Amino acid sequence: MSIPLDSATELLRLQAAGELSAVQITQAALDRIAATEPQISAFTHRADEAAIAAAEKIDRDRSAGLPLGPLAGIPVAVKDVLCTRDMPTTCSSKMLAGYHSPYDATVVARLRQAGAVLVGKTNMDEFAMGASTETSAMGVTGNPWDPSRTPGGSSGGAAAVVAAGNCPLSLGSDTGGSIRQPAAFCSLTGMKPTYGRVSRYGLVAFASSLDQVGPMAWTVEDAALLLQVISGFDPADSTSLDESVPNFASDVAATDVRGLRIGVLRDSLDQEGLEPEVRRAVLEAIDVYRSAGAEIVDVSLPHSHYWVPTYYVIAPCEASSNLSRYDGAHYGYRAAISDAEAAERGPLLATYCKSRDEGFGAEVKRRIMLGTYALSTGYYDAYYLKALKVRRLIRGDFDAAFAQADVLLGPVTPSAAFRLGEKTDDPLQMYLCDLFTVGANLAGIPAVSLPAGFTAEGLPLGVQLQAPPLQEARLIRAGAAFQKLTTHHAQRPTL
Amino acid sequence: MSLSGADVRKLALLARLELSDAEVAVLGPQLARILDFVEQLSELDTEEVEPMTTALDVVNRWAPDKLHRSLTVDEALAAAPRRDESCFLVPPVLGPAH
Repeated sequence: MSIPLDSATELLRLQAAGELSAVQITQAALDRIAATEPQISAFTHRADEAAIAAAEKIDRDRSAGLPLGPLAGIPVAVKDVLCTRDMPTTCSSKMLAGYHSPYDATVVARLRQAGAVLVGKTNMDEFAMGASTETSAMGVTGNPWDPSRTPGGSSGGAAAVVAAGNCPLSLGSDTGGSIRQPAAFCSLTGMKPTYGRVSRYGLVAFASSLDQVGPMAWTVEDAALLLQVISGFDPADSTSLDESVPNFASDVAATDVRGLRIGVLRDSLDQEGLEPEVRRAVLEAIDVYRSAGAEIVDVSLPHSHYWVPTYYVIAPCEASSNLSRYDGAHYGYRAAISDAEAAERGPLLATYCKSRDEGFGAEVKRRIMLGTYALSTGYYDAYYLKALKVRRLIRGDFDAAFAQADVLLGPVTPSAAFRLGEKTDDPLQMYLCDLFTVGANLAGIPAVSLPAGFTAEGLPLGVQLQAPPLQEARLIRAGAAFQKLTTHHAQRPTL
Repeated sequence: MSLSGADVRKLALLARLELSDAEVAVLGPQLARILDFVEQLSELDTEEVEPMTTALDVVNRWAPDKLHRSLTVDEALAAAPRRDESCFLVPPVLGPAH
């Protein structure tokens, strides 16, 4: 039988019915990975042997009648920004090449506990800084819909492996859109949960007040399965929220949107640079919801124009601070210094500076420099403090909008997937890709990208739903309703 | 705005980065352009606005004051570029003034 590597829900059903074993599923995933990697290069590490061993244990447990976790026997890939004790964790950086974490990230431990079979780590922009996975030191990843284009970023590998049919689920991280934008570029469902909903323990820090781990899958139903497993309080993360987690499966089933107030972000539809086909996809999504009985209201987020500049102060400031830990002393890359270099700056300073120069790529250095500038004496108030104040205005806009609407609907990205190399020479152009996504990170609210159709060229398009803090259930309800009424999420690339 | 080569080098030293001449030449104009872009925040009057440092509505959370297992010395040193029995080995910290 053909093995449906595009549906965790279906794989769970087939195992429960005794029609497939975890080993059969895992072997099929590994074969598919071997077949597509030459075209998309989405993995930084493949864990074939460990995956088979984990699958064998699931099958043994099943035959012994032992209780099984909610993801038993499901192949899952993990973005290489999450610590794993049995695989390298590189953040796609030379700085961490070959690094092995002594512990698992909490989300990784929860995946193992749930019976998931970890098939490997996925490529990303270096330290999650980028929107195309091209800043990776581990090579460029292709989009399964068109390998000459980017899968998006920074969770580009995590998106590509699901879109390529390698495995039904992956974990990404989203600091400014890094789950939602690749999901849109690859026709997937990708969710950034509320800040604090999912533990960040063992997520290598980029911008700690914005980072959040989240699920990527073809469907809302599958994404909800994974979200269920990773959500919830973790005493090891002091920013993790001690709030109960609803049973998302009931929200997947409750697809009646009659009376749901959908706030349409009209300003975003008139945004300069928004491609007409993306606009059309959003307008069509509005029609789908209206026909299903949702109430459509216009809302505005008056400071949305300031999202990107606010983000590109706060995120680099936090990054420059977080990445100061890479000093060539405790772990990671250490450059060899010559006697002349040691004499010039002193051996310790020379080691710091040279290790960081050789270990970090251009985009990471750019952001460290930006953050260092904005935090330096004399500039702190004008840049960092100013951005923190504007951040509050941005959050206030969302609070006001959610008084009028239950969820907000708008674009995810200004365009469909661009060509590899198209924007690498112009950092500011790349930053503007985050136009519609960084608001949710600054405000700390949950948001999801849903497959919403295709361009005339056959490239995926997405739409974004945003909800108030801790209202992931609303996104799941509204997203599952959309997928009941449309077939965009059922299209597959020919890779 | 513009950043001179010396400005970029000073910033690089603060950031503990040793940049090549080629990197300095490229980064200077790029940083200036990005800083010009974020400069638009100054249009907004934020005199009365409290800074937002976190998206959470929580105050400090304290962990219970009890012992729990942490990394062993070997686990902690396993990824060190250089080590001895129980320490990270780094280049000399003290020595002639620089």
